Amino acid sequence: MSADPREELVEHLPSLRAFAMSLCRNSAQADDLVQDTIVKAWTNMDKFKVGTNLRAWLFTILRNTFYSARRRSGREVADVDGAFSANLATKPDHDGRLALKDFERAFVTLPDEQREALLLVGASGFSYEEAAEMCGCAVGTIKSRANRGRARLSELLNLDEDGAMELTDQSTMAVMSAAQMKSM
Amino acid sequence: MAHDSENEHVKRQIDENLKRVYQQTVEEDLPDRFKTLLEQLKKQGSGDSA
Repeated sequence: MSADPREELVEHLPSLRAFAMSLCRNSAQADDLVQDTIVKAWTNMDKFKVGTNLRAWLFTILRNTFYSARRRSGREVADVDGAFSANLATKPDHDGRLALKDFERAFVTLPDEQREALLLVGASGFSYEEAAEMCGCAVGTIKSRANRGRARLSELLNLDEDGAMELTDQSTMAVMSAAQMKSM
Repeated sequence: MAHDSENEHVKRQIDENLKRVYQQTVEEDLPDRFKTLLEQLKKQGSGDSA
């Protein structure tokens, strides 16, 4: 068995790309970021402690690379403005699920730190503790970023109050019974 | 109480969508440039040690 973590690098590329995509919000930039991350990880592999979480280590490199490039370019402010949110009057569809495009459009309008926290703990399955370590902040900070992100998304997508209420009664029941019919 | 379960419901819905967006990218084919890059890095490495 090869003990060289370099051999495992390729397995982590799909999730690194997904993380890069959520940070950059632009696939060409995201792939450049992944490319830089691969080179850095490869050349610094001697600094990786074997037995620790390689994926977390790679995510941290990607994240640091993203933010230092951002600082260098002087574009601290996110370049996605509120234009997206103008179209967001969507309620969950009649099938009870949000249209994924609407969700993505809302997601990209969140501040970097909220997107990052949500991606790490909400999507890619890191614990709050792991995410905090990666982002160099307190666990409570990650939690509050994730919660603020969720609150903003539910606002943009009309999931709060009315939307959620609607979902929990008639439409959900309708979906459930439709699903039951289908499975029969 | 009702408010809490409502929040939980919204949270679940959001996290489910986050996972769908994430999964969508994860399932894409990797661009060839990454495979090429890894091969190059591998070659360089073995060149150094030789």
